[in-house]
Amino acid sequence: MSSPTGILAFGAYIPQRRLQRSAVYVANAWFAPNLKGQSKGERAIACWDEDTVTMAVEASRDCLTGLERGAISGITLASTTLPYADRLNSGLVKEALCLETNLTANDQTGSLRAGTSALIQALNCTAAQLVVAADLRKARPASEGELVQGDAAAAILVGQAGQGLGEIAATFLGSHSVTIDFVDHFRSTSAEFDYGWESRWIRDEGHTKILGGALKEALTKLGVTGADIDHAIIPIAVRGVPESLAKSCGIKPESVRDSLSAVVGDSGTTHPLLMLAAALEEAKPGDKILLAGFGQGADVLLFQATEAVGRPPEQLGVAGHLARARKDTNYTRFLFHRGLLDLEKGMRAEMDEKQPGTSLYRNRKAVMGLVGGRCTKTGTVQFPKTEIGVNANDRSQGTQEDYPLADKIAKIVTYTADSLSFSPDPPVYYGAIDFEGGGRLVAEFADCSAEDVEVGREMRMVFRIKAVDRARDFTKYFWKAVPVQKGDA
Amino acid sequence: MAKGIRDKVAILGMGCAKFGERWDMDTDQLMVEAFNEAVGDAGIDVSQLDAAWLAVAFDAVNIGPSGIPLSMALRLPNIGVTKVENYCASGTEAFRGAVYAVASGACDIALALGAEKLKDTGYGGLPVRSRGTTFDMIGVTGSAPGNFAQLAAAYRAKHGVSKDELKQAMAHISVKSHANGSRNPKAHLQKAVDMDTVLNAPMIAEPLGLFDCCGVSDGAACAIVTTPEIARSLGKRDLVTIKALQISASNGWELQQAGGWDGSYFHTTRVAAAKAYQEAGITNPREQISLMEVHDCFSITELVTMEDLFISKEGQGYKDVLNGFFDADGGLPCQIDGGLKCFGHPIGASGLRMIYENYLQLLGRAGARQRSTPPTMALSHNLGGSPIQNVSAVAIVGLADA
Repeated sequence: MSSPTGILAFGAYIPQRRLQRSAVYVANAWFAPNLKGQSKGERAIACWDEDTVTMAVEASRDCLTGLERGAISGITLASTTLPYADRLNSGLVKEALCLETNLTANDQTGSLRAGTSALIQALNCTAAQLVVAADLRKARPASEGELVQGDAAAAILVGQAGQGLGEIAATFLGSHSVTIDFVDHFRSTSAEFDYGWESRWIRDEGHTKILGGALKEALTKLGVTGADIDHAIIPIAVRGVPESLAKSCGIKPESVRDSLSAVVGDSGTTHPLLMLAAALEEAKPGDKILLAGFGQGADVLLFQATEAVGRPPEQLGVAGHLARARKDTNYTRFLFHRGLLDLEKGMRAEMDEKQPGTSLYRNRKAVMGLVGGRCTKTGTVQFPKTEIGVNANDRSQGTQEDYPLADKIAKIVTYTADSLSFSPDPPVYYGAIDFEGGGRLVAEFADCSAEDVEVGREMRMVFRIKAVDRARDFTKYFWKAVPVQKGDA
Repeated sequence: MAKGIRDKVAILGMGCAKFGERWDMDTDQLMVEAFNEAVGDAGIDVSQLDAAWLAVAFDAVNIGPSGIPLSMALRLPNIGVTKVENYCASGTEAFRGAVYAVASGACDIALALGAEKLKDTGYGGLPVRSRGTTFDMIGVTGSAPGNFAQLAAAYRAKHGVSKDELKQAMAHISVKSHANGSRNPKAHLQKAVDMDTVLNAPMIAEPLGLFDCCGVSDGAACAIVTTPEIARSLGKRDLVTIKALQISASNGWELQQAGGWDGSYFHTTRVAAAKAYQEAGITNPREQISLMEVHDCFSITELVTMEDLFISKEGQGYKDVLNGFFDADGGLPCQIDGGLKCFGHPIGASGLRMIYENYLQLLGRAGARQRSTPPTMALSHNLGGSPIQNVSAVAIVGLADA
């Protein structure tokens, strides 16, 4: 018998800001009073400098904390909101994570089920695979989607024990999939927004018949009963639906996992994997975890937690990200960041952000991976690498070896809050930071406010959008520093 | 050891256009305005110029490439014209070209002219621009106030100065420069302001408020230089000679942790100042310098520069400021013409504008703002870039027999 495959590690990323649904409702109540029923709780919102790729990178980093990344042989990014139609988005994630060049990479898209489908494919391989799902969906102002959705990413590392990536935390027991062109909503490749059909029809014909049917078939196929399930992940953001589906399958009500609707929102392709990560953080050894994905059919996966289950303390995971949420009532800022409100940006925003492909390719390790240099003669660390090092080394040239800085903690040396430079989220904070172990960077700061910055303050690096070339629709990525918070590794 | 430039070159004439929002003029007209004053002061004909250096920093809103725009504006007699760009220190860089040309003997009389037309951008502050393809991928293209504001955080942390105390000292600097600018008919900003106005102004880049930032202006300034012998042969009596001229450029040391720079001072200014004092034979600058024009692009820049020029002790500059030591009637006036803060900052012209003021003051020709104690030795400090990576220029001019 071959060794079992399963989940080796998991991680999450949820942006810091939580838009209060009441703020959205109040602003639009004159037009859409019918949304009152959705006006409770909060949803996660990405900042202007985040997208599917940056969130995927952060979830992956959380997942891979302390692991040897060289052992990963494949990466899949699942999303319905990939920034590029023709440029391998998972390849961007690979560069930011400094994964080995010898690996397979896939973008999986086309359905909110893409996350679970990618997971099934990866679990059917023997080599270690990183599956990351991320979605940053746009919904029209005053739509239900605007209130119900949330932005997040989740990463699941799958493989076998003995691959240098630790023990299996949850063993894969099998899966079941059905595919039906059930169009509860759709978005053509040229469209910005979803077009959805009546919710009652979706509930009856989609959730109940297609997903409910798939769940029952899966339990039978996998030789378990509903009563055996300790964690049922049914990521449907319609009140009562997960509970009623569980009931029809004989799953105990207390086994139905919280949908995170009140605190994150429905994160689309991410959501099954995000809820899975949350379940793995809380599961006890031996627990059976049923995971469903819905979209033009359904995927159902079954896992059993091992002794290795649980969130390593150095990881943030879902719980860590939930704990650091910051309430936000600034609805117009959210609209502006989503491109739904065309604020006057002024002439300073007119700078051409054209990125030469040649220089990005030459410098991809520094730009995408924040890889600096370390002089083999003096040990001096610097960013970026240069032919002639910053410290005296008898004028030796080309002595610098790659030195990754992304996971190093840094301290603020200088800073300002600049209200003059154009930023979609003014004032823009930036300053010089010194990394532990050497190296200095003048970095933009993200997720910070006036009380977060002072000389000596500890910062950590995150992968973000640096600028967008609107003329050519090209996104430029780089690393920014965020204040270290309690609970950060 | 190089012998240096001391007393080898004299200023034959200088000129400076009215700085400000010169909506009425193109760059070539500003050049002519500054040149007319200088050539009249020098008492020579344009045909006597052997070579010229032109300083302009911002191409995008200016005259375009090469030295040709200067040659055309002044209809120079097909002499060599070199355009130089060294950030905001470009003006002193052009001056250095002309002075070195004369000192070498290659030229008898040379021209340095700096000009900048910044009010064609459509907005206040400096033009937003690329710093090169590699930098643009990994660097922060902050605003000038944002880049210089960072000095304050590091200075406070290093010297244990409170936010309020530093803000008071910075405000004193701006109030002083506005008072000085009000006595200067060529200044861009000629209105005095009080402490409350400065302290309560809108924040531009924390902790720099609106009045902590200099104006950006249109303008031009120029110098005609020759040897002391030729100057005398042309009938000049009270000669102002160049005592020292030093420029120091960052090499990336400040940009790396290994160097140990703490963000609170200008490394290059200290290098340039030490060399300049040695070149000029100055051993006690606080006593021997009569006047200073420094690169006060921001109040905090002026404050730390007092220490970097070895006038104030490290960490004590803010006390000298608050004690009025640098006021027009203080021990060592700084920005007696209003400085970049109020005279204005047409980038390429600024280094030459500083030398222009020092030249006028040394010759007792500064009118209402003339320093009461006759000055003998005057320093100008012209800086380009940002605290973490910059070009710093120090020029000392003085009376020939000083």
